[in-house]
Amino acid sequence: MAYNDFSNPFPTTVKLLVAGGFGVGKTTFIGSVSEIEPLTTEEIITEASVGIDSLDGVTGKTTTTVAFDFGRITLSQNLILYLFGTPGQDRFWFMWDELSTGALGAVVLADTRRLESCFGAVDFFESRGIRFVVAVNEFDGAFRYEPDEIRAALDLKPHVPVIMCDARSQRSATAVLVSLIQHLLEAAMTSSQH
Amino acid sequence: MSVHGDEAWLDGDAGRLVRPYAVTNGRTSATVQLDLLSMVVATGGGTHNSLEPDHVQALGLCLRPASVAEIAARLRLPAVVTKVLISDLVDCGAARAASPARSSSDTSNQVLLERLLDGLQRLL
Repeated sequence: MAYNDFSNPFPTTVKLLVAGGFGVGKTTFIGSVSEIEPLTTEEIITEASVGIDSLDGVTGKTTTTVAFDFGRITLSQNLILYLFGTPGQDRFWFMWDELSTGALGAVVLADTRRLESCFGAVDFFESRGIRFVVAVNEFDGAFRYEPDEIRAALDLKPHVPVIMCDARSQRSATAVLVSLIQHLLEAAMTSSQH
Repeated sequence: MSVHGDEAWLDGDAGRLVRPYAVTNGRTSATVQLDLLSMVVATGGGTHNSLEPDHVQALGLCLRPASVAEIAARLRLPAVVTKVLISDLVDCGAARAASPARSSSDTSNQVLLERLLDGLQRLL
């Protein structure tokens, strides 16, 4: 058996993030491409609590459980891709740093009915220097915009790809991941020329 | 592999009947450096005498290489607690673990990116 062979290396695991506002379809997107039903992992976070619940200026600590979904795509025997959905609620921003550690890149899912809900994700990845693509999840009944209109509305840098997608479709969601990797590859090739 | 309710001490919607840190005797830090994508695999050896049911269950989930995140999700335990269980397994020789190679998060790693692109395009 392979697990008795200590020289046998583990498969390479790669982490990508799927971010966006609450209810934008992150879990749907992950479920479309994942070979397993999206799983949920919880992390216990200890936060210093100040303000409303502090008595006599005493700063307490509260523990919060943050849940995030993830899925898996086995691309070959020794290459596994994991997709982690970031917590959608703004008050869990502090989890993003931990989740984004070791991430190769990110998909920011946007909903044109409330584009502002992905501002936070765009800001976060720009500030951390994590490359991302914006995938516009085209909800039924939502007004259709052109990618350039989305780019302008989100004030994206010219090199950031904007793709329209249907998060429910395996093919469409996979195409978003292909765009992300192509984007990363172009950046890698550009930087290696300098 | 699915985790059945009675094995995980679950009561349907109520969730686990044991508080998470009770599983680890209150310990909150793992002795082995692990993150969510660290891979764990049972060695088939080690000394199992001191293992609790949760350890045995965790071990059963990594007969093939499995990530910490998956083991945590299937145990329905927080990742931080799962890491303590896994580090116990590593300490007693029942499992071994490895963190993702630095190269797997290196955005200048063109070889890796080509492999990813190739693999994803085959799924289209």
